[in-house]
Amino acid sequence: METYGSLAIGNPDGLVFGRCPRPLALRGLDIGGGQVYPEINFTLPPMAVTEQAMPEVLEEYRQMADGVLARAVALQVPGISVELELLPELTRVPSWGAQVTALLRERLDHYRDRAGLRSVLRVTPNDNRDFVRPPLMRRGAELDHMVESFAMCARAGADMLSIESTGGKELNDDALLNGDLHLAVFSLGVLAARDMAFLWDTIVGIARDNAVVPAGDSACGFANTAMTLANGGFVPHVWAAVVRVLSIPRSLVAYERGALGPSKDCAYEGPFLKAITGYPIAMEGAEAACAHESPVGNISRAAADLWSNESVQNVKLLGGMAPKVSMEQLAYATRLMNVAASRGRALELRDWLVASDAALDPQAYVLRPEVVVEIAGEIVAEASPYQRTRRAALVALHALRSASSDGVLTLSPPEQRWLARLSTQADELPEDEGDFIDRALAHVGTDKVRLGQYGLTA
Amino acid sequence: MATLDDLRRAVVDGASKVAADKASQALAEGTAPEVILHDGLIAAMNEVGQLFEEGEIYVPEMLVAARAMNSALAILKPLLAQGGALPTAGTVAIGTVQGDLHDIGKNLVALMLEGAGFAVVDLGTDVAPERFIDAVRAGAEVVAMSALLTTTMPNMKAVVEAIKAEGLRDQVRIIIGGAPITSRYAEQIGADGYAPDAAKAVRAVKELLAA
Repeated sequence: METYGSLAIGNPDGLVFGRCPRPLALRGLDIGGGQVYPEINFTLPPMAVTEQAMPEVLEEYRQMADGVLARAVALQVPGISVELELLPELTRVPSWGAQVTALLRERLDHYRDRAGLRSVLRVTPNDNRDFVRPPLMRRGAELDHMVESFAMCARAGADMLSIESTGGKELNDDALLNGDLHLAVFSLGVLAARDMAFLWDTIVGIARDNAVVPAGDSACGFANTAMTLANGGFVPHVWAAVVRVLSIPRSLVAYERGALGPSKDCAYEGPFLKAITGYPIAMEGAEAACAHESPVGNISRAAADLWSNESVQNVKLLGGMAPKVSMEQLAYATRLMNVAASRGRALELRDWLVASDAALDPQAYVLRPEVVVEIAGEIVAEASPYQRTRRAALVALHALRSASSDGVLTLSPPEQRWLARLSTQADELPEDEGDFIDRALAHVGTDKVRLGQYGLTA
Repeated sequence: MATLDDLRRAVVDGASKVAADKASQALAEGTAPEVILHDGLIAAMNEVGQLFEEGEIYVPEMLVAARAMNSALAILKPLLAQGGALPTAGTVAIGTVQGDLHDIGKNLVALMLEGAGFAVVDLGTDVAPERFIDAVRAGAEVVAMSALLTTTMPNMKAVVEAIKAEGLRDQVRIIIGGAPITSRYAEQIGADGYAPDAAKAVRAVKELLAA
């Protein structure tokens, strides 16, 4: 197991797009080795996924792949990552997901041989374990199917394996809606971290057996849910910013167990992971507006090594089918970044990207490179996931309070009220993990979570 | 009236014990339970809804206020029940469609409907059409469905068709929502309404029942 007690990138000026201390060379791409590559993701239009529909499903994926790859060739991208996020049905029937994987592998190889397009394929099975409520995390048919899906997709042509795992989410949703910092820390720092260790040992083993890259995990179901709720006005933006930072120790566990990056695109905690591990990251922002809103459309690009559209469905736009349109947007965004880097102006562009978002939303503020390095350094100074998550809460809130009082971040009165309220909650987090778990278990309903699945007892 | 003012303030502030105490005090002062309900609790929750719409508070404060309202309501319920069933704004059966687990949006709609005085039957996630039908037979006036995935959207149509096939379509309103859903899709599958977010869902349900 790899431990991270110090930062791979300790200087904010080292945290820049396209470069990292531990780049990943794969199929002619050098991810984090100097250039930013587009990472394109696409999904089906409204249609059912059944055995009868599989020929139609495969044809949709073929059309989407050909559309984006032909456009990538035309725009002369230096390389491309294609991500296949498996839908629940394509994970539950592992052979279906493997068929789509094999199809995409064949299309990528075709464009490599015909047009010289360098490409890698990331496959992300869906975490179906919470189809059972409370979720069964360490046994059961859903876990078996998911593990088999990883293995079959690796054999069918995936280059990188990822997941958006959901351990702990069964309590985190309540934490988000109630503004309950302690429950969020329990969900992310205790439950999710334990589940990540279990799950990533399995994923890394499959990756090694099949000579593919164990890439990374996203706290999407936690922190991006918070971001979406904040965008809708349902929870405070400062709360979403804090939840983002709370998710870092949880996502770091994948790297401790052997993940090598690039992290998942929707893991906006990526810059922190890059600063800690030195591995490359995928990020998404303005060009992912096709999938969801965000207040971090530019700043999220500051440290990206792959730049993604998150996901887009195969529907017709005036410019063509949506995946092809996304491809074009990503190609131009990354082309600009690479030209800036080639002229020695990467930091200048990065700073513009940062400055354009950072003062407008606390979720953007915590992604400022100097804030990322400060918070990441505090996190790795602690030993356990709980202690790191507790520290993450304290340091994130301190950073936001300082930014607000210094006038570099404007917060409305309701946001200020919540900043104070969350700070009070954070100050009450005990240092000792055992004390914290004992307190938490007194309030956790066993109707929502199976504690035994996390190695805990009520 | 001062006591009802205090009760409203306690609910808006989410002070459960104070709210219960003020409800008891109002009863002791001779105020009718129906008046306490309407002028105290419902008025307070209307104020909470207004503060939310204005961006002054968020869902966590709404939930705390709802808990305070319930603690006061528990004092009133035995007295209100003597006059018949507790009044509600209507009964809504809600769930994510078969194959879809993404439920925080659905949960949010359920919470906001309850806050607005609806009786909510939460069918949970991955809900088969038969369970929506059972809920309609049990008295739900509105069926609310959500889907986050493009590949589970078609299951909304399956529910609408199943309700039709059972001859229940005329006795229920159907509303849908979720990231890939549009009002046009609602029309296409024969639903009665669509809402882009939880706050608008409450308004849409009210409008459907008033129509």
